[in-house]
Amino acid sequence: MAAKTLYDKLWDAHLVRQQEDGSCLIYIDRQLLHEVTSPQAFEGLRIAGRQPWRLDTNLATPDHNVPTTSKERTVGVDGIEDPVSKIQVVTLDENCDHFGITEFKMQDERQGIVHVVGPEQGATLPGMTVVCGDSHTATHGALGALAHGIGTSEVEHVLATQCLIQKKSKNMLVRVDGELGKGVTAKDVVLAIIGEIGTAGGTGYAIEFAGKVFEDMSMEGRMTVCNMAIEGGARVGMVAVDQTTIDYVKGRPYAPTGEQWDLAVAAWADLHSDADAEFDHVVVLDGSQIAPQVTWGTSPEMVLPVFAQVPNPSNEKDDVKAAGISRALEYMGLDADQNITDIQLDRVFIGSCTNSRIEDLRDAAAVVKGRKVASTLKQALVVPGSGLVKQQAEAEGLDKIFIEAGIEWREPGCSMCLAMNADKLGNGEHCASTSNRNFEGRQGFGGRTHLVSPAMAAAAAVAGHFVDVRDMI
Amino acid sequence: MQAFTQLTGVVAPLDRANVDTDMIIPKQFLKSIKRSGFGPNLFDELRYLDEGKPDMDNSGRPLNPEFVLNQARYAGTNILLARDNFGCGSSREHAPWALEDFGIRCVIAPSFADIFYNNCFKNGILPITLLDDQVDALFEETFASEGFELTIDLQAEVIRGAKGGDIAFSIDAFRRHCLLNGLDDIGLTLEQSDAIRAYESKRKQQTPWLFAE
Ligand code: SF4
Repeated sequence: MAAKTLYDKLWDAHLVRQQEDGSCLIYIDRQLLHEVTSPQAFEGLRIAGRQPWRLDTNLATPDHNVPTTSKERTVGVDGIEDPVSKIQVVTLDENCDHFGITEFKMQDERQGIVHVVGPEQGATLPGMTVVCGDSHTATHGALGALAHGIGTSEVEHVLATQCLIQKKSKNMLVRVDGELGKGVTAKDVVLAIIGEIGTAGGTGYAIEFAGKVFEDMSMEGRMTVCNMAIEGGARVGMVAVDQTTIDYVKGRPYAPTGEQWDLAVAAWADLHSDADAEFDHVVVLDGSQIAPQVTWGTSPEMVLPVFAQVPNPSNEKDDVKAAGISRALEYMGLDADQNITDIQLDRVFIGSCTNSRIEDLRDAAAVVKGRKVASTLKQALVVPGSGLVKQQAEAEGLDKIFIEAGIEWREPGCSMCLAMNADKLGNGEHCASTSNRNFEGRQGFGGRTHLVSPAMAAAAAVAGHFVDVRDMI
Repeated sequence: MQAFTQLTGVVAPLDRANVDTDMIIPKQFLKSIKRSGFGPNLFDELRYLDEGKPDMDNSGRPLNPEFVLNQARYAGTNILLARDNFGCGSSREHAPWALEDFGIRCVIAPSFADIFYNNCFKNGILPITLLDDQVDALFEETFASEGFELTIDLQAEVIRGAKGGDIAFSIDAFRRHCLLNGLDDIGLTLEQSDAIRAYESKRKQQTPWLFAE
């Protein structure tokens, strides 16, 4: 039998039928739903008089629109001040109730960002196909699952048929060898990878992340990396299953137990690329060379080590690229060749499906402990990824560390990652953000986002501008 | 879904790479629970000078005269010419909904982001990938002659009307078939219910933990 990549194996195991024209019907084991991309899918089902194919594969939670202040949260859905946000959350509740889909509602301690909730609950497991109407679904690939974001029509398609019509992607291997230095985290690794391959480098590929750096990495770190596969253009990012994966999954509420657990673990042992499997494209990085990263522009590929200088368009030979740099500098209000460490910040946001898990919060807390945020900062906030992350952090006293440092401690949700609720940047404000997109206006009209790791964001909050966190730990 | 067979119309050039879905339809407009009505907010931040909010009357808002879709010479456009990696970013289907609602039925670019590309077909929009040089030439022609029009023939997979002659493109057979006939994917898939059930019973044996109930 020909050697297979992890992606090939996951694909083959879920292939229901291949049509003559090459399009394939792929079976979906888990669909996660949230309030923004599902209403039109449910509406479509209703109009066509269709029922969900299987109820137990769907799991819903509101995240994008939910307010993160406890004032609004204590009252529940009725407390959402923005009427349009409220309609979406209410619509999700109604749709889930109507069709009988399990939902972690706003007041449920298990509520949170879908991509934090799925793995946390063991609702996304190794070997599964996982979809969600959200491009960061690749996150779940960290568990050795085939996970990708889909559009609303596809959400409806999965609800109605449990399948998706897909074309197979090509295989890409991103191998990061060596060991990471102190203060360098999963976020820096993935930003460095995107800097290397570009935001379209992974288009058409499923990326497998491998090498010593990923073998040594925690599950949460792997999720951070897979989460941003889409920022490198790939719908799918994944890491092979190993003992770290199995230890992580064990005992989670939706994970198999007893005899079923043993069966599952035995099956998962095959979830890795065969030693002689071939990839269409291979990228290799040296982990020991990766420094803490900061994005300076309006695309995640516009990223540099913290000690670097902002690029100068006159050094760029390609006209389209030079124009892109000029436009980004103008939008970001930066001068060519200025030091990244001289960028003054207005706000700091620690959260999002990229970096709102307990390890992220521990990293940030370790940096701010016993320190205060800079007086020049307008706001710094930490938004945990789920109610359970919040509980855990509070049990460890992290909330107190943040509050004592002058950082707001919020309720779980997407929050300032995309600013659909009240948390957003003002026009022209610079923000050190642990989220995944620095597009124009992403965090608020005219807002200027710099993507960094939680530790780097915490360090920036203390200094009021970017600093190399390695000098602070 | 609206079928797509032939389309003739004015071409509008959006001369920037990496146009992301936040740019196509900013998030404050995603709060709608409907599929329609996104057209007035297509490219909101590029198109208007003020900050767009949901439920606003867009007719009185100050337009950015520099933005291509605000220029009289491209009025009534239904073909958008774009650069690399068009539609990158989020999976929001609101992006093709907004394009469609505005009247754009075809986007031509050297490359598209995967999810966006896929979403187009579900909404009767044809994304055409051409070589860099071909796209460059179309940009030049569009800038050079006012009212520059192209005809897209999906059946024949050819673009007509360019100075250099017809331009062939290719679309995968299944998607082309669905678009030409305006077919609903779900109905087609449900015709294969037996295959899906057969797959499920096989999987129940192999991976029973995925069938907990
Ligand atoms: S945290 Fe941000 S990127 Fe993640 S799902 Fe929410 S809005 Fe999307």
